[in-house]
Amino acid sequence: MTPVVATVSAALGVEESAVREQRPGELVLETEAAAQPALAERATLGLGGRLMSLFASDERDQTGSFLLHYIWSLPALSTFLHISAPINPATPSYPSIAATYPAANWFEREVMDFFGLAPEGHPNPARVALHDDWPDGAWALLKDFPDERVVPRALGDFHPFRPVTGEGVFQIPVGPVHAGIIEPGHFRFGVAGEPVLYLQLRLFYVHKGIEKRFERLPWRHGLFLAESISGDTAVGHALAYAHAIERLADVAVPSRARVLRVLLLELERVYNHTADIGALATDVAFTVPASRAQALREGLVRKQDELFGTRLLRGTIALGGVKRDLPPPRADALRAYLHAFEKEFDDLITLLIDAGTFTDRVDGTGILTNQAARDLGIVGMAARASGVDADFRRDHPHDAYAGLRFEVPVEDGGDVRARLMIRAREVEQSLLILHQVLDALPATSDTPLAARVPDLPARASALGWVEAWRGPCTHWVATDERGEITRVKVTDPSFLNWPGLVHAVPGNIVPDFPVINKSFNLSYSGNDR
Amino acid sequence: MFNIITKSLRTGVLTEANPFGTRASFGFPVIDFSRCTACDDCVRSCPTGALRSATPDPDSKTLSESYAACIQCGECVTGCPEQAVDVSDDVEVAAYSREQLAQTAAFDIDPATGRNTFSGVQVQHGPSLSESAARLRERIHGRLGRSLHVRQVDAGSCNGCELEISATTNPLYDLERFGIHLVASPRHADVLLVTGPVTRNMEIALRRTYDAAPEPRIVVAVGACGCSGGIFGEGTYAAIGGVDRVLPVDVYIPGCPPRPQAILNGLLVAMGLREARVGRELRTR
Repeated sequence: MTPVVATVSAALGVEESAVREQRPGELVLETEAAAQPALAERATLGLGGRLMSLFASDERDQTGSFLLHYIWSLPALSTFLHISAPINPATPSYPSIAATYPAANWFEREVMDFFGLAPEGHPNPARVALHDDWPDGAWALLKDFPDERVVPRALGDFHPFRPVTGEGVFQIPVGPVHAGIIEPGHFRFGVAGEPVLYLQLRLFYVHKGIEKRFERLPWRHGLFLAESISGDTAVGHALAYAHAIERLADVAVPSRARVLRVLLLELERVYNHTADIGALATDVAFTVPASRAQALREGLVRKQDELFGTRLLRGTIALGGVKRDLPPPRADALRAYLHAFEKEFDDLITLLIDAGTFTDRVDGTGILTNQAARDLGIVGMAARASGVDADFRRDHPHDAYAGLRFEVPVEDGGDVRARLMIRAREVEQSLLILHQVLDALPATSDTPLAARVPDLPARASALGWVEAWRGPCTHWVATDERGEITRVKVTDPSFLNWPGLVHAVPGNIVPDFPVINKSFNLSYSGNDR
Repeated sequence: MFNIITKSLRTGVLTEANPFGTRASFGFPVIDFSRCTACDDCVRSCPTGALRSATPDPDSKTLSESYAACIQCGECVTGCPEQAVDVSDDVEVAAYSREQLAQTAAFDIDPATGRNTFSGVQVQHGPSLSESAARLRERIHGRLGRSLHVRQVDAGSCNGCELEISATTNPLYDLERFGIHLVASPRHADVLLVTGPVTRNMEIALRRTYDAAPEPRIVVAVGACGCSGGIFGEGTYAAIGGVDRVLPVDVYIPGCPPRPQAILNGLLVAMGLREARVGRELRTR
């Protein structure tokens, strides 16, 4: 019995023997669905837990029931707590925790949409993932729903948006096809003149059935699907999937590969943060720094292409390690490049925050308060810009992060300015990490870059996690009796953070929406999957 | 203000005189069929079905490769026991049909030993690249001139293609100098630049966008998913597949994602200013 198990079981008020350390950093507890509201309260109040994912799996062929899964991060104990509870298909419902823990809101509705399991007592049990032309009673993630089944469109009303009434009060519909080169989604603004009264979202336009697709592909090919969950987070999602597979197969990743994975993940962070900073300047029509940022970002992706043969770092992560090495001459080239980059990046930030015309637009714009961020369970960079101090790289170290020196920047403003400054400070930390990694990289590689991953064990499951540039990505992978994948649950930070945008926009004027939206820069594809 | 001016002056012009002609260190696979034994190892290693084999009758076998579905993962290169798969370094790849991006090799099966012997590359059905180019030029003749207004539609992409389309607007590529403008409304557009796989939930929006665009409304499909459904497949409950499953497609730009040069090249092909090349040359080692 480890001390962590004793602490957790005591705080949850369950038998010590009920909590099991399945793998390092991953506790499991099997219990009743009815116990979830009480367990959620004890996990948050007693253990400082944060809900990272909530999903179902169809185990009817094995146990005759569905399983509901709750993934809690317990940062103080540096462990995840995976609570699962069976649900009898004869009574397909369970008590909702969404009224007390809004982070569960979309998750529970998604379980309803794909499994037909109803959250009892949910304050708003409407569809979140399914569009209105999807008929009732077709649950796509059930095992007896074939992947290639094409469901005829149902005739129905458009999504029932909340109405607005009153003189001079009206709605602005935007999307799904937007004016810029961005992903599709529908925004419905209720406005009184310029100020926004409320924002409603309609997402899942780019729902590609990724979780179902994982169940069909051989698990070795799942890596390529993971790279395409969100095009800007190819390393983050590929790594989260690889972690889950490696934990399942009990494979140790070679130390050089673990270090190179940190390097790739930090490069991904830097190129995305740089692009976002430029996009913030674009959205307030400040073209000089916008162009500078675009050029800087292009320079970095070209350097990535030169070093690894891939601009957006696709194809760099292997199951068991990495696919590309960084021999000493290239490491030196990257080191020199990063020094030049740092100077240019500092100039860019100075150019922005020294300009009153820019700071006027971003200061106090789109505030997500610390209270709202905590209550909604916002994660990643957006949470840290609202004073929530959480980062998997420190709280649940993966790859080589445990041996690296870095800080987790936190800003208190919660506005666009704070989300800009978080990016700037994170780039600073990333450069520190990159230099440490480059210095630590041995000149010669006497070990292979990737460990061989043997066949996966039958009827097993594991959690993989990564703090990617936008926030935490988690993949839960389960196998069937043949050791093939039977369920993958992908959680992109965007899925947890879109409700944060809904809270940050009201009270601002419509023309500020693009810059607020961009300051979160949430993924539609990662959300919709 | 002074800072901004000095920064601009010091930076100078970043736009590259000629963005074309760059070489990718990793492009599309090129199979040396004379070394290929049609063992199917590459077919099994391919995650998207870009490589397929078939046995139409007991004495013969075919192996097909399609750049439309290729995500350039390199699994076939490392997976081939005969080292018969190499990669092309050609970036500027485009075509006018899915068939033009595909190639099928035929093999004879020796009934005694079961060994496969390469018997030739099959002739592709449909028009050749130059025939298609002439047809497209005829269709747009006199209507587009040297200016092109493009409406981008993400019909299901992972956002990778959008990142590279956005990159074409950065100061280094600067697509506006070619007379190409990305516009906000389909009503202003000559071209729809569509990424996929077209999802069930974007199909209606995509059709409406197409209906809103004036003729000749050229459709350009971008990326492995836009060309074929890619890693997400075709005909699933959520993904319909390639853009041509929903709209008539004039130009295909394969790749996962295609590089900015490939997208620029594809748009010049759509304007009739360039002829599409599939680029099956081996890189020079």
